[in-house]
Amino acid sequence: MKAHSAASRIRAVLLKEVIQMRRDRLTFAMIIGIPILQLVLFGYAINTDPKNLPTGVVMADPGPVARSIVAGMQTSGYFLIERGHTEAEARAGLTAGTLAFVVTVPAGFHSDLVRGQSPEIIVEADASDPTASANAIAALPEIVNRAIAASTQGPMSAANGAGAVRPEIIVHRHYNPERITAYNIVPGLIGTILTMTATLMTALALTREIERGTIENLLAMPLRPIEIMIGKIVPYIGLGFLQVGVILIAAYLLFSVPMEGSLTLLLSAVLLFIAANVTLGYTFSTLARSQLQAMQMTFFFFLPSILLSGFMFPFRGMPVWAQAIGQVLPLTHFLRAVRGVMLKGNDMFQTLPHLWPVTLFLLVIGTIALMRFRRTLD
Amino acid sequence: MNTNGETIIDVRGLTKRFGDKTAVDDVDLTVAKGEIVGFLGPNGSGKTTTIRLICGLLRPDGGEGTCLGHDIVREAEAIKRQVGYMTQRFSLYEDLTIRENLEFVARLYALPNVRQSVDETVEGLGLKSRQHQLAGTLSGGWKQRLALAACIMHKPRLLLLDEPTAGVDPKARREFWDEIHHLAEDGLTVLVSTHYMDEAERCHRVVYIAYGTIVARGTAEEIIESSGLGTFVVAGSGAAAAARALNGMPGVEQVAAFGQDIHVVGSHGPSLAESVHAVAERYPIHVAPGETTLEDVFIRLMSEAQVNENGR
Repeated sequence: MKAHSAASRIRAVLLKEVIQMRRDRLTFAMIIGIPILQLVLFGYAINTDPKNLPTGVVMADPGPVARSIVAGMQTSGYFLIERGHTEAEARAGLTAGTLAFVVTVPAGFHSDLVRGQSPEIIVEADASDPTASANAIAALPEIVNRAIAASTQGPMSAANGAGAVRPEIIVHRHYNPERITAYNIVPGLIGTILTMTATLMTALALTREIERGTIENLLAMPLRPIEIMIGKIVPYIGLGFLQVGVILIAAYLLFSVPMEGSLTLLLSAVLLFIAANVTLGYTFSTLARSQLQAMQMTFFFFLPSILLSGFMFPFRGMPVWAQAIGQVLPLTHFLRAVRGVMLKGNDMFQTLPHLWPVTLFLLVIGTIALMRFRRTLD
Repeated sequence: MNTNGETIIDVRGLTKRFGDKTAVDDVDLTVAKGEIVGFLGPNGSGKTTTIRLICGLLRPDGGEGTCLGHDIVREAEAIKRQVGYMTQRFSLYEDLTIRENLEFVARLYALPNVRQSVDETVEGLGLKSRQHQLAGTLSGGWKQRLALAACIMHKPRLLLLDEPTAGVDPKARREFWDEIHHLAEDGLTVLVSTHYMDEAERCHRVVYIAYGTIVARGTAEEIIESSGLGTFVVAGSGAAAAARALNGMPGVEQVAAFGQDIHVVGSHGPSLAESVHAVAERYPIHVAPGETTLEDVFIRLMSEAQVNENGR
């Protein structure tokens, strides 16, 4: 009987929230719209295959093979060759950002090649925007091979024995040694979108009642704090799954992001992560006095989540103190779990180490929420 | 008053402070079963706070007591199950329909048959055809009826009404009070705060609170009698001029216009009579002894309390 009435009370709050959620058209549209918008913006801003990157060529040995390589780079479409730079000019261009690459063909390149030694071509890349340079760099070896093959077949074939020799391409990535791939971003988007919307929605859950004065009625009725919490959190977990569904389908259709691991495992991780975020939002709700305050708290949490979780910047590149903060954030662990499952096909045992910190976070935050909940209007 | 001796509210020394302001100061209150008790007092006198203390919405800083036999501090949960509390401001959900609001309340009290209870309530309200209308679109009078219906759905034993009829037209108010009396006849106990004197007169008993302290209690007649106030009614073409002359004269405490008449009130009979008759000789008016009203008493209580408060 007691359990029955508790269930009835939770149901009351839950259904009420669902109705209010459905009736709040603008918010509902935002919930569905934000993932699509972000995905499209991020997705196309990422443009994994940019062409015509300005490239400076420092030609210390204007031999036929070197010329052939440069011509090959031009025709590949990735490189927009700008000739006539001195080494100093080229390097300045790279620093200023007017050049994305500097290709240096060292003196003696041709003669080394003819002698059967592996000469070096040095490619310096502005990797501060690593996704921009990645594909162009990846295409380089093939371009060079074709150029050499073409020049050795010609009548001016420098050395018949040189066909087996491959020049060595040395790539220096400047400014950002790590690379973030587009695939990394889409799973990351699931995390950030959930962090923002799930937390924000529930952060408003209680403060809205306070601002509208309905909290007085709510508290005057025989509800336990845990019942209010469950009733208010569960609908938003459902909403979170709706968002994840939208993101996953759009990610698959628009960007063919692979799904290497088990979908069930992914959704379990998602469930845990949404639960952690809505609970956090609810905790904010118990601390804040107004919807504005709740919103500010959410953004205060959202910023480090984006910056320190490894979504925006590589986690290992951060200073120790920033990593320490990052370790506390559920998004950090969720990103690892989701990237692992989606991109590497990790199984449950490989994923669990990333899930228990989220669980711990959920339990601690949930306890704080229940302790902080004001049963009275004091 | 059909009390059978059972005490529904019994609190002593109730005190509540907000910062350094004492909103409720050492309040004792006893309400018996089936009573309708009117809770009166000026704005900010502590009526709402007292009601919230009784139903467990606020934690008292001092004092103790029981409501429906349960301790108001430790057993708030049990009290909430048996109390219907109608807030001063409409606090159901404006973005839910009438029916959805009632369903919400019915489920919260874990009523055995939600659909049936809601059907009955909607029909009792006469809102069957409008049950799918958003509560926010209702007029003040209807909101008030809906709020009352919502807080008696679970058949509470005690009804706490905080200025339930503020901003409601006279007919709706009349009907509201008829309903309250019906409920009280069935054994429901009611504590209702109000500003309206006619409503106070419809209560079995009245408690008057000012600056957090109860300054008068009893039936309307008892309160008027114990106040010791006397009243003269001044009428005639010179009434307005006479009123100005009377202001500040010995024994004259209140001068108020009621239509064409002026009510002159004072607590010291002889000096009041002397002043009134002196003025009557100078102006074309006639003077007759009048009935002291509850309002006269309350205005006096209010100014007295103000003097005490300022003197502290």
